[in-house]
Amino acid sequence: MHPHTFRAAAGSHALPSPGQAMLGLLRRDLRLALRRKSEWLGAVFFFVLVAALFPLAIGPEPATLRLIGPGVLWVAALLASMLSLSRLFEADHQDGSLEQMALSAAPLSWLVSAKVAAHWLIAGLPLVLLSPLLGLQYGLSPQALAMLALTLLIGTPVLSLLGAIGAALTLGVRGGGVLQSLLLLPLYVPVLVFGAGAVDAQLRGLGAQAHVSVLLALLLAAAAFSPWACAAALRLALE
Amino acid sequence: MKLFSYAAPQNFYPLAGRLWPWLALLATVLALAGLWVGFMVAPSDAQQGQAYRIIYIHVPVSWIAMVIYLAMAFWSVLGLVFNTRLSGLMTRALAPTGALLAFLSLWTGALWGKPMWGTYWVWDARLTSMLILLFLYLGYIALTSAIEDPRRSDRAGALVALVGAVNVPIIYFSVKWWNTLHQGASVSLTQSPRMASVMLTGMLLMSLAIWLYAVAIALWRVRSLMLVRESHAAWVQQLPEVQAHRALRGVA
Amino acid sequence: MIWTSASEFWAMGGYGAYVWGSVGVSAALLALEVWLARVGRQQALDAVCEAMDADIEDAASDHSIHGEKAANGPSGVTP
Repeated sequence: MHPHTFRAAAGSHALPSPGQAMLGLLRRDLRLALRRKSEWLGAVFFFVLVAALFPLAIGPEPATLRLIGPGVLWVAALLASMLSLSRLFEADHQDGSLEQMALSAAPLSWLVSAKVAAHWLIAGLPLVLLSPLLGLQYGLSPQALAMLALTLLIGTPVLSLLGAIGAALTLGVRGGGVLQSLLLLPLYVPVLVFGAGAVDAQLRGLGAQAHVSVLLALLLAAAAFSPWACAAALRLALE
Repeated sequence: MKLFSYAAPQNFYPLAGRLWPWLALLATVLALAGLWVGFMVAPSDAQQGQAYRIIYIHVPVSWIAMVIYLAMAFWSVLGLVFNTRLSGLMTRALAPTGALLAFLSLWTGALWGKPMWGTYWVWDARLTSMLILLFLYLGYIALTSAIEDPRRSDRAGALVALVGAVNVPIIYFSVKWWNTLHQGASVSLTQSPRMASVMLTGMLLMSLAIWLYAVAIALWRVRSLMLVRESHAAWVQQLPEVQAHRALRGVA
Repeated sequence: MIWTSASEFWAMGGYGAYVWGSVGVSAALLALEVWLARVGRQQALDAVCEAMDADIEDAASDHSIHGEKAANGPSGVTP
């Protein structure tokens, strides 16, 4: 069975609408990910590992842990996200389905959005769900844990969206992984600053609404801008 | 529309060749003037003594490092809109100087910070943004070097330059915000002494000098890039400098 | 002139290392950049010469192929 055939609308031979193409791609990516569990489990495990290692390295002092907790957890999530990104387009590029997507009637930017959404569901959402558990290790208050989960919920899609640009630009380029990280660092900084900053503000009893608003703005901007940039970069890679 | 004829490398090459010597000369003159004003005429600062003189290097290189990135973004937009080859070449030619100046900004900033505030590095908005800018430059250079196909390389670089240009103000404001949250840990490293007008003159002269230098060396570099990129073109192979170089080599 | 002696100039009020460290490294790196740009031009000229050699070779082999084809006749099928 070809993993990259798009099923036409039931009972007709018409081309699927862009929306249907997106859903189809999303479902297909999810199915593939479930089969190749090692790919995304690795990133999740990395998140857990880093979060667990820091207290061991720094010491059990609760005040210190509470101080570094938001930052460490956010950085761990960021790195885990970056790790899982290189595989976003690789498999499709190698088996030719990426070219199919570029040639299809649906706009490439929409299809890219579907892929990014799948990536987030596989590699981002688990981080969000795990974060409160890991936050307990750092003695974060319930409100802080909630804020952590909330900021990751808004922030990890941004990381996926921006990261996809990096993955698309370095597709098939030698030294791609390191290059990708270098390109992504400047893009990730604002997300990190406001994400971790929100949790920190919550911990200190100051309001975090401003941070969350900025994160939401970043999410909207990334959602609007990133698929287009990715599509442009992918077309370059396919030429 | 004669301007557009210069978009062709064949026409831009001689133009750049005629321009760069004058720019280099002007840059040298202005630099000497600026250094004279900064080191020989301007008085010492009330609070910072003689150490403040580093700003005659630090501020100009910081400013031009940012201007160069904007120039790269500008050329990238031109390239994406008009699809000219020259845009990619100019962007590429500008990048190394930009990276160098960003590094010098951090270096001189550190050497200014140590005697003044006791520390080589401080996470203030401007320094941190400059560090990120350096990463942007390095990312651009690394990416364009890694991709072999010239067209893909140019366009991927253009994307990076544009995304970066949009990102830099965002970074600046997020780090500024981040700084105000964590009060007490940071002092603005680039709090310049109150400017006497002669100090301002010195800085402006140096800034102009470095800008002209950057343009001159970019024009020099773009000519080399054109030679390589168009090495199979007749106009390149018939250039007098190529013939001369071939004669020098040809004996081997 | 604000300096009363050369040694005062070099000392920079005790901050000499910092000031001249900045000026020195800046000057050195800019000089390095200029030198590298010059080297780059030489390498570019080398690259053009190599391209010219390659072009001449290609043209020559084209001629020799054409020559062979003329001798063997239009058909490429060997009996």
